[in-house]
Amino acid sequence: MTVTPDIASLAASDRVAGTLYTDPGLFELEMDRIFHSTWVWVAHESEIPKAGDFKTTWVGRRPVIVSRDRRGGINVLLNRCRHRGASVCETPQGNGNGFTCPYHAWSYALDGTLRGIPYPEGYEDVVEKKDLPLHRLKVGTYAGMVFASFDHDIEPLEDFLGGARLWIDRFMKQGAGYPIKVQGEHKFRFQGNWKIQLENTTDWYHFPIVHRSWMSSVDAETASMLSIMTDETAVTHALGNGHSVSVSVAEHADLDVDDGTEKLQDRFGHIVEELSKDMPPEKVRRIVRSLHGAGFNLNLFPNIAMSMSFFRVLRPISVAETEIRHVALGLDGGPEIVNRERLRIHEHFQGPFGFGSPDDAEAWNRVQRGVAGGADMPILVNRGLGREKPNDFGQATSHATDETGMREAYAKWKRMMTDAK
Amino acid sequence: MPSDVADTAVVDSAVVDAELPLDDPRALAAVSLIWREAHLLDARRYEEWDGLWAEGGEYVVPIDREATDFASRLNLVYDDDRMRRMRIERLTGGFSIAAAAAARTVRSVSRFVVTGREEDALEVCSAQILVGYKREDTFVLAADVTHRIVFGADGPRISRKIVRLVNSEDTVTASGFLL
Ligand code: FES
Ligand SMILES: [Fe+2]
Repeated sequence: MTVTPDIASLAASDRVAGTLYTDPGLFELEMDRIFHSTWVWVAHESEIPKAGDFKTTWVGRRPVIVSRDRRGGINVLLNRCRHRGASVCETPQGNGNGFTCPYHAWSYALDGTLRGIPYPEGYEDVVEKKDLPLHRLKVGTYAGMVFASFDHDIEPLEDFLGGARLWIDRFMKQGAGYPIKVQGEHKFRFQGNWKIQLENTTDWYHFPIVHRSWMSSVDAETASMLSIMTDETAVTHALGNGHSVSVSVAEHADLDVDDGTEKLQDRFGHIVEELSKDMPPEKVRRIVRSLHGAGFNLNLFPNIAMSMSFFRVLRPISVAETEIRHVALGLDGGPEIVNRERLRIHEHFQGPFGFGSPDDAEAWNRVQRGVAGGADMPILVNRGLGREKPNDFGQATSHATDETGMREAYAKWKRMMTDAK
Repeated sequence: MPSDVADTAVVDSAVVDAELPLDDPRALAAVSLIWREAHLLDARRYEEWDGLWAEGGEYVVPIDREATDFASRLNLVYDDDRMRRMRIERLTGGFSIAAAAAARTVRSVSRFVVTGREEDALEVCSAQILVGYKREDTFVLAADVTHRIVFGADGPRISRKIVRLVNSEDTVTASGFLL
């Protein structure tokens, strides 16, 4: 396919056209050229720990099943029967031997192999079962994060993640010696384009404004931990391939590093007391320092963020509607009191009744409504351009409130939208 | 393997054992309180709503409709007195843009059945249908609600409220109001 010159002109390095949020034609192209081409996050391994475990989800607008087969392998299968197209599984999460289509009972194994066709006489000399497995996506995993792609020739996942791998590794350190596990999720939709949310993950500029009600509801220590506007150590890096990271709590960027000067928050006093009954003080400290998660938001293009203590998963529904899932994380095999505290922290901010998410959703909807006011007027993502500099890795770096991450995402967007195969 | 597992709601089994609401003189007082609560929530009179609660009240909107141990799992709302009062502060404090643009709501609560009795308390199950309106969009939220109403010296008070949305495990649209 040839390069579409129109698209290139819609995204400059410091601004993008408002039509990026509103043009249904662009949305269709995004599905093909981005979501149905690149690596898209589908699961965390802890969601399907055992053979036979599965979950259903989406890659772009296509329904998929993520399953763990008998050999322990992870499969990502198109949730579409090879006979006449019915979805073969509508259970969000479960365990079984495979998937049987409800319509004419073609049955598929956990790896998608077509196992059985009822009344097969009619297919003699017509259909070979081996030719009709569920369509398989390419699967890649990194640090428990499961990604899938419809493009079997795509670059290796490790290369795609590139500079983000360091931050994924750091993110997982909030397990404090335990593996990370999924503890549930909040799910909501907002009336707005998916890229509005994509921008938001590394947008610390909005935080003290939009989240003032949350800030005023937490203890002073937590509020001061996130007083980013005046914090010189709060920086954001463009990591390449559309990925970026925005550091909010520098002393928690690498949770293994502890100079011992940080005072544990008073709000966790009851946890310190409980854990100290049968745990050495260093271990208690390591766990309690990690209770708010890692001290940064990592944004992986196009659909997953690893934000402090949770995953944010983005699913485009239409040009003006997006589904968001905020996945709560805990310590697999870790102390129950810690996992419960993490659930309460998650509930406090996230979800349709959280003290944070509804305010975000309101702001994002206002963007979608506002951009209708002028298709040719740009969205400015130029904050911090004057103070952005490369770090030691050559990554564009600026203050955490700057729009470096958005510029990185839109540069990737532009490449993918114009370099289509 | 069957692809679809039928939803079985916990409240259904409770309904089987249901008794008629009015055979206990306290039932009418409990239902009146629940209606008054609905009225205050639609009117966003949250401070007065707080006054309907007994000390140590538990207000839960679970995600898992079958859950009974709420503390060990993720909920939409899991409030003790302190968290509920912070929630009221958030909705009335003027700092939340979602609260400032809250959907207008009209709810009705009905299908009352008494599902539990103690010396000083009744458990009442009901159906709540809420219609909300915000910015060109009108939407419906339906829920099975369970109240535990305690009868103390100062009259009936809510000691526990559990709101099980029909769609709690799917996306939930809610903006700046309470169930
Ligand atoms: S559509 Fe699946 S078996 Fe016929
Ligand atoms: Fe936000």
